[in-house]
Amino acid sequence: MNRADLAAMAQREQDRQDAFRCRVLCCASTPCLSSGGTAVREAIEKAIKDGDLDADVQVVSTGCMGPCSRGPVVTLKMRGAEDVVYEQVTPEAATRIIQEHVAKNEPVKEFVFPNDAPFFAKQHKVVLANSGQIDPESLEDYVARGGYTALAHVLREMKPDEVCESITRSGLRGRGGAGYPTGIKWDLVRKSQSDKKYVVANGDEGDPGAYMDRSLMESDPHRILEGMAIAGYAVGAEQGFIYVRGEYPVAAKRLERAIRAAERRGLLGSRMVDSQFNFRIDIRIGAGAFVCGEETALMASIMGKRGQPVPRPPYPSQSGLWGKPTLINNVETFGSIAPIILNKAEWFAAIGTDKSKGTKIFALAGDVNTTGLIEVPMGITLREIVYDIGGGIPDDRAFKAVQTGGPSGGCIPAQYLDTPVDYESLRALGSIVGSGGLIIMDERSCMVDVAKFFLDFCADESCGKCAPCRVGTVQIYKLLDKITRGAATLADLETLRELCVMVQETSLCGLGQNAPNPVVSTLRYFYDEYEAHIRKHKCAAGVCALNEKPMSPAVVAPPRPKRKVARLDELEAV
Amino acid sequence: MGVLTDPKPRVKPRNAAGGQAHPSGDPRFKLIDRTLKRFSYQQDALIEVLHTAQEAFGFLEDDLLVYVAHQLKLPLSWVYGVATFYHFFSLAPQGEHSCIICMGTACYVKRAAEIVSALQAEFGVEAGNTTADGKLSLNTARCLGSCGLAPVLVMDGDVVARQTPEEALARVRELLLGAARTPEAMSELTPLSATEA
Repeated sequence: MNRADLAAMAQREQDRQDAFRCRVLCCASTPCLSSGGTAVREAIEKAIKDGDLDADVQVVSTGCMGPCSRGPVVTLKMRGAEDVVYEQVTPEAATRIIQEHVAKNEPVKEFVFPNDAPFFAKQHKVVLANSGQIDPESLEDYVARGGYTALAHVLREMKPDEVCESITRSGLRGRGGAGYPTGIKWDLVRKSQSDKKYVVANGDEGDPGAYMDRSLMESDPHRILEGMAIAGYAVGAEQGFIYVRGEYPVAAKRLERAIRAAERRGLLGSRMVDSQFNFRIDIRIGAGAFVCGEETALMASIMGKRGQPVPRPPYPSQSGLWGKPTLINNVETFGSIAPIILNKAEWFAAIGTDKSKGTKIFALAGDVNTTGLIEVPMGITLREIVYDIGGGIPDDRAFKAVQTGGPSGGCIPAQYLDTPVDYESLRALGSIVGSGGLIIMDERSCMVDVAKFFLDFCADESCGKCAPCRVGTVQIYKLLDKITRGAATLADLETLRELCVMVQETSLCGLGQNAPNPVVSTLRYFYDEYEAHIRKHKCAAGVCALNEKPMSPAVVAPPRPKRKVARLDELEAV
Repeated sequence: MGVLTDPKPRVKPRNAAGGQAHPSGDPRFKLIDRTLKRFSYQQDALIEVLHTAQEAFGFLEDDLLVYVAHQLKLPLSWVYGVATFYHFFSLAPQGEHSCIICMGTACYVKRAAEIVSALQAEFGVEAGNTTADGKLSLNTARCLGSCGLAPVLVMDGDVVARQTPEEALARVRELLLGAARTPEAMSELTPLSATEA
């Protein structure tokens, strides 16, 4: 298939879609299906059949549309009219939508989710542009929306170094958490000399409370493949792997189908899109280990070993899979590539802040009125996300904190709600952007308990290779548990601080280095709560049991002399 | 270099006809053999092979691990190490029904822990284990990626959204009853429904 064929295919599909007076898009992602999406779709199909509208109306199952807590969501695209989004659709409502809106053009007002609602108005969809708009299992649908033209353009018009340079100019940074400039990473791999190179897409989204990657892989799989193929061309790799989390079987199935469809049409595989370039993509399924989100552990897992990290350097760009240079990026990063190529780097660089360009997908969850998947320009404030897009806290309870970055991130309290969301600002607050989970917590959450939850997670997920992480996380957990049981003394808080610094400074990989972050950030912003647990035996949120007493001072061993733990930078100074 | 330090893809795939089939003649081993062939008996396909094995057999019994180790020419300790490292692989048989409670952050904030303790108390089994009669496996998950629906449960593969402890209990009881269609099983389960009333 060459560029002309691609354009013809897009035109054919566009004509086919235009022939329908109305297209009904039903969200078929997990949240909507488990709130009754299947019954809604059946009701729609029945109503269409009963109304004899078959030739007029097309029903499409799409990926995620965003407002997951308002599901099932249905979008109606009438020819010559603006899209109408229906929320919380029941089978009865679905029948009415067809009978009234489609047949008589009278929208069913009670169920309409207004397009100008802040939930949609404040978003800027770049990576998610196709999510909820196309059938993820249809290659034609993706091509009709400009899919694979970026790849065809790159293969024909650009040299590999120009691609890397263009990505660098766009200011795109890794969306997996660390925020390393993507273009520079690509260039490093491109310059590495080797007979073989690999491209890896990290879809091992282990952070609890984050599901952007799942949604992207399920809603728009071809976009990731296209981004990977462009990356392969830019760095000179002929083999790619997508590492999909084991808990996401639907994502793996859709990606598999997408790969096969693209290969059949000559958009992937050997001499793709009529060029000299060959690129194959294989899927590897994870088997449930959080540490595999770390790049060296992920590569070990792809090679069939236990997912244990190895020290860097050497970085994967020099020695990765099977000792060859390997480019490893998050799936969301690959999802941003095609729009950057199509709209030029300057367009992308114009979105966002000075140092953090573009848009970022967040999974908004917890105690907030509208939960779901959102894509916002970098630099938007937390307040806008929580109160405008999320619609505030249910029952007007007080906002307490937002947890960002999963187990490697921290809790941000109410006084920083006006902080812009970008890599640097969140880091300054002791948290990180991370993969993009935003958990909103109201006054009913106890911060000591939340810190304990994350440490329990990290202690369980520690791979056990290095002692600071394996032993340290368990000890931190025990101290937090002691506080929530009411058995702690103020001396324990000191030990806790000391332990956190040690685990941060001495662990081998990101899991251990960041594991104490939830404790450190809650100690920083919610010290009162820790103190209230210990001194007054009070948990304001009423979560902790606090049914024990500290041992009497006579039983407690005298405090150890204070030992200063040398910080890494001090050591280096020596 | 020993196999432990250098599990490189083998250049020469083993002759499929030459590979010894499992002596039991269990047809499920054919599924494993198919995956082995698909990856040309490469040692780095171990995780994929274990996935297939678990899908076919439900769990990884010792015999299976020995078989996989033998076919891939890997030490059994290596295979056992990988199988126990990943949460997804189970070395013990699962119950007739499964109930997974998501304990991701969003579900935790929405009090999934209360659901876990309610179920544990009701069915007398710790999360991660199977009841003594082999009827129910109770498990927790790290995050199922359906945070908008917190708290989330998965019962026999169906995602159930926004549960309270009471609703979850009723659901699991229903699940256990629904499967027991034989009369003797029904009578055996009557006490359960009696407590429900």
